[in-house]
Amino acid sequence: MQAQTLEGGFTSPATDAAHAFRGVMEAMARPGTIHALKGAKPPAPLSVAAGVALLTLCDTETPVYLAGNADCDAVRAWVAFHTGAPLTGPATCMFALGTWDALNPLSVYPVGTSEYPDRSATLIVESADLAQSGTTLTGPGIRDTAALSLPETQAFQDNAALFPLGLDFFFTSGDRIAALPRSTKVS
Amino acid sequence: MYVAVKGGERAIQNAHAWLAEERRGDASVAELSIAQIREQLSLAVNRVMAEGSLYDPDLAALAIKQARGDLIEAIFLIRAYRTTLPRFGASSPVDTGDMACDRRISATFKDLPGGQVLGPTFDYTHRLLDFKLAADGEVPQAPMREADPAPVPHVTGFLNREGLIEEAQPDDTPPPDLTREPLEMPADRALRLQALTRADEGFTLSMAYSTQRGYGRNHAFVGELRIGTVPVEMDIPELGFAIEIGEITLTECETVNQFKGSKTEPPQFTRGYGLVFGQTERKAISMALVDRALRWEELGEDNVGAPAQDAEFVLYHADNIQATGFLEHIKLPHYVDFQSELELVRKLRRSVEKSQHQEAAE
Amino acid sequence: MKDTTDQTPDRKAWMSLMAKAREGRVAALLDAALTRPTFTWLRAPEIGSVMVRGRAGGTGAPFNLGEMTVTRCALTLTTGEVGHAYIQGRSKPDAEAAALVDALMFTDAAATLRARVLEPLEQEQTARRTTRAQKAAATKVDFFTMVRGED
Repeated sequence: MQAQTLEGGFTSPATDAAHAFRGVMEAMARPGTIHALKGAKPPAPLSVAAGVALLTLCDTETPVYLAGNADCDAVRAWVAFHTGAPLTGPATCMFALGTWDALNPLSVYPVGTSEYPDRSATLIVESADLAQSGTTLTGPGIRDTAALSLPETQAFQDNAALFPLGLDFFFTSGDRIAALPRSTKVS
Repeated sequence: MYVAVKGGERAIQNAHAWLAEERRGDASVAELSIAQIREQLSLAVNRVMAEGSLYDPDLAALAIKQARGDLIEAIFLIRAYRTTLPRFGASSPVDTGDMACDRRISATFKDLPGGQVLGPTFDYTHRLLDFKLAADGEVPQAPMREADPAPVPHVTGFLNREGLIEEAQPDDTPPPDLTREPLEMPADRALRLQALTRADEGFTLSMAYSTQRGYGRNHAFVGELRIGTVPVEMDIPELGFAIEIGEITLTECETVNQFKGSKTEPPQFTRGYGLVFGQTERKAISMALVDRALRWEELGEDNVGAPAQDAEFVLYHADNIQATGFLEHIKLPHYVDFQSELELVRKLRRSVEKSQHQEAAE
Repeated sequence: MKDTTDQTPDRKAWMSLMAKAREGRVAALLDAALTRPTFTWLRAPEIGSVMVRGRAGGTGAPFNLGEMTVTRCALTLTTGEVGHAYIQGRSKPDAEAAALVDALMFTDAAATLRARVLEPLEQEQTARRTTRAQKAAATKVDFFTMVRGED
């Protein structure tokens, strides 16, 4: 294993993780808002924001699915050392990471059960750009309406219809992150 | 009516200060060190590790000191500490066949490869108080004899060869973990064994005893009891191979039980299993008996309604921290609850008195 | 930076040996053998737990037995070698010493460390194990038949 894969983690794990968690949580609590994350230097092709999200949310008990280009030796090794998360397929993952095309189709991810709606997957979607424009969002955490540049609309409408089951999404681009929980209505 | 009350802060602080002083006891008597507790009260340390579900003799010794020897309080401290630790992963299942045995006995076979090794046991002592221990005394070194370095085989393996005992089928399903997901019924055997190995020793002992006295009788023999150390191995993802991350002492008990057979199985012996942290022999035997009693359904036996056959009853009442938490909370302020009960009783009395009064008048 | 995997069986053995060492031993032997090189942390020493598993009936399906405390760390020497440590217990200085030895085993110091750290550790552990095994052997029952009823 190359030592490079052992670098790029949080330099000060306790404080870095606390700041990152705040950013990730704010993004999910206020759908459509964009937050900057820092503290990780993941190997290509991962964005900084996606790397920080993995370090913050994943551990040995959260199976991760790496989709498409994200599934390369450098990323596998980096995730293994810094989070210990086991790698798995889409049907058994708790977190999935990749581009929108690589992550699709969404039908294979776990959406939770009526007793445990939380036993569902969170998808980290690597995006070319993120902007507060495009699709209109309404729902919990949004005062009136918000807007976010989503890759499409239909898939998120279908997902919201599953509530309280369903998937939750992060969108990452460079060091920026936004989120779309299953509770958000998309139009 | 809701009554918010505040206060008692100084009383609590002073109570804690006095607790610290009482814990220390008479200051003219030498203070106990953690190492002394670890080395000289090692069976208490073992119980705290087993039921605290965390193998760390120094921490268990510290907990015993802090808890003034109240082992359930010490277990509580260990459970609380455990929750603060990040978990690096799970080990490969330990190989008890590879155990370096301090003790290994069988009640079913006299002559067996490896022999009957008594180890440092209380068995065969006369249970007479030894007043020599009240005075300081040097202990002579225990005698030694040439040892055979070969691993000691499991006794049940011999019965297996004749096909007279059910086999423990190898299986690599990742086990459920009750420290991560709430205990749910029906509980499979892996979940039951996890709950039993950390269960209260007294509760497990009583449940096991009840099966011996006839409540769900399954006539157990101790096929084998072994105590010793095993290495713990874990896969290290960043290395790409497994290493030993430590060595722990375990007590393992396998019972051999009569089984008349069922529709699908011929008459044969069945097994109960106990595996517990540390030298904890009473607990391991109890665990094996209760494990066997709880297996009635998968073995196609009758449920005779015995408490030890009722998985929900056993598993939901076996944990002493859950039990003591719920039990002891009733001593904490319930002023408001009680106020409403008081109102209710007064009201009921008034209506009874009123109707009696009316009857008397009529 | 360099790291090799062709020494895997050997490396597994020395990491396992240091994981089970008594508190303070690896650090003491290391310091007696050589002056510590400078290094940077890849992962500062961290105390955590590992869930220990057993098998039902000794050989059947796995179940969770309980956790044990483990301390781990990773570092890299200025010359590029990477060292890892996973050791039993909660001693950060011991984890640091074990990771240093692990990294130094990929340098010219390997022979010195093998002779002055690993071999003494191995001897200590073997001696402890043998003593216990011999005490156990002394408690082995020798059955002898007093009367055999063959009439």
